[in-house]
This record gives sequence, structure tokens and C-alpha cells, in this order.
Amino acid sequence: MTIIFYIASLVALFSTVMVVTRKNAVHALLYLIVSLLAVSVIFFISGAPFVAALEVIVYAGAIMVLFIFAIMMLNLGKDSTERESQLMSFGAWIIPAVLCLILLCELIYVFYSYKGTSGSGSLQVIDAAQVSGSLFGGYVLAVELTGMLLMSGIVGAYHIGKEKKREYHRYLQQAND
Amino acid sequence: MNELPIHSGLILAGLLFLTGLLGVITRRNILFMLMSVEIMFNAAGLAFVLAGAHHGQADGQVMLIFILAMAAAEVAVGLALILQMYRLKKTIDTDAMNQLRD
Repeated sequence: MTIIFYIASLVALFSTVMVVTRKNAVHALLYLIVSLLAVSVIFFISGAPFVAALEVIVYAGAIMVLFIFAIMMLNLGKDSTERESQLMSFGAWIIPAVLCLILLCELIYVFYSYKGTSGSGSLQVIDAAQVSGSLFGGYVLAVELTGMLLMSGIVGAYHIGKEKKREYHRYLQQAND
Repeated sequence: MNELPIHSGLILAGLLFLTGLLGVITRRNILFMLMSVEIMFNAAGLAFVLAGAHHGQADGQVMLIFILAMAAAEVAVGLALILQMYRLKKTIDTDAMNQLRD
């Protein structure tokens, strides 16, 4: 299990460095998803399967889609179509695909060796029942505060992102034109 | 499962955090700065979960759930701000936002 951990951490470090050094935002996003998947594998083998699933679903699934939407809304230039044609060239996707393949092999190996080693190890698995028991037991006030934070985030994003119509007086409008 | 190397895990979390911090400092594209902030959140969550697994408590995973919710709210507001910045300046370079300089 230790060698699995080291391989996953190498994948995470490499893909994170690639995120910071890319020029194309979509390529950086691809490497960021690989980094999140590698961290999710580390969560899984350290006995936290619930947050490993949450990491894939919420981070790599929802937040990265928000990023992709923003990039699509920003790239509305005339050269965006030809840039889109070379967005997924062979050199762009082959390295993330190989990294994802490494993570997939690790995950399959962990699944098949799961039953054999679970009895003898000293690391116990903390499943979703324990996490939710703690979440709605002692942390229930923080859960409600998080709900308020999400609500205010949604309302704030709506108000900030709304396209405001600038209305000037006609003298000011002439001065601004 | 065998005991995981907790020191290596914490060093990995520190290295990921450092990479995100370097990204925030060096990049001038605000989308990459937001992505680097996400990397830093993720590294902090990794440290939480590894420490929680080391002590056998569920509190680390609870903290990661809070970090996830906060990151979602932060990304929504941040991307809305980036869209407004693009509408205002027609660029997402942070050096263009220098109107507070005297």
C-alpha cells in the first residue's frame, strides 16, 4: 500500500506542477483534474472512501465544470474556433491520459487487494456513517453556517455576474462617447 | 491495510500547497491564480484527512467537507468577478487592474 501511495503522490505533484506552468487554460484544467483524482486515490487508500468519492464528484465534477463554463464565456474572440480545433491535439491529452491510466491501475489493484489486507492492518476505514454522525452531531452549527455561506455565495455570484446596463444622463453619455 | 507514511503525506500536502502558492505569486492570468487557490485548498484538505486518518477520527473528513463547500462558494463568486473584469477591461490580466495606483 505504501508504494501505491508514493506513485499517487508523484502523479499528484507532477500534474500540479504542470497546472501552474501551462499556458493554455484548458490544458491546465485537464492537469488539475488529474491532480484531484490522484489526491482522491490517496484519500481512498488512507481509509477515507467517503471523501474520496466527494472529491471526485464535487471537485472534479462540479467545480471544474464551473471553470470550463467561465473559460468558454471568456474565449469569445474570433480566433477561438481555430484555437478550439487544436485544443485537444495528441500531445495535449496523451500525458493526462497516461496519468489517469496509472491511477486507474492503482485503483483496480486496491479494489482487488482490499479484502485480503483489511483484517491485518492497523489503519481502520472511516466510512460515511461515522463521518455523517460527526457532521450532524458535534458540527451541526458549522453545517448550518456552511449552508448560509453557500446561499450567500450563490446570491453574490448572481448579483456580481449580472450584466449591468449602464444608464447615463444624455449629457454624460455624449461626454462618454 | 498497512499504516501509511504520515510524514510523507504531510510533506506531499506541503509541496502541493507550495506549488499553489508559487502559482498565485508568479502567474498574472487571473484564471490560473484561481486554479492555484484551488490547489492550495486541496492541499489543506489533504493534510486534514491524513491527520484524521492517523488519529482514527472522522473530524478530518468533516473539515474536508467544509473546505469543499467553501471552495464551491469561492469559485462561484470568483468566476463572476472574473467575468465582470473581462467585461470591463477586455482582458483577464491582473496587471490591467491598476486603477488604485496613484
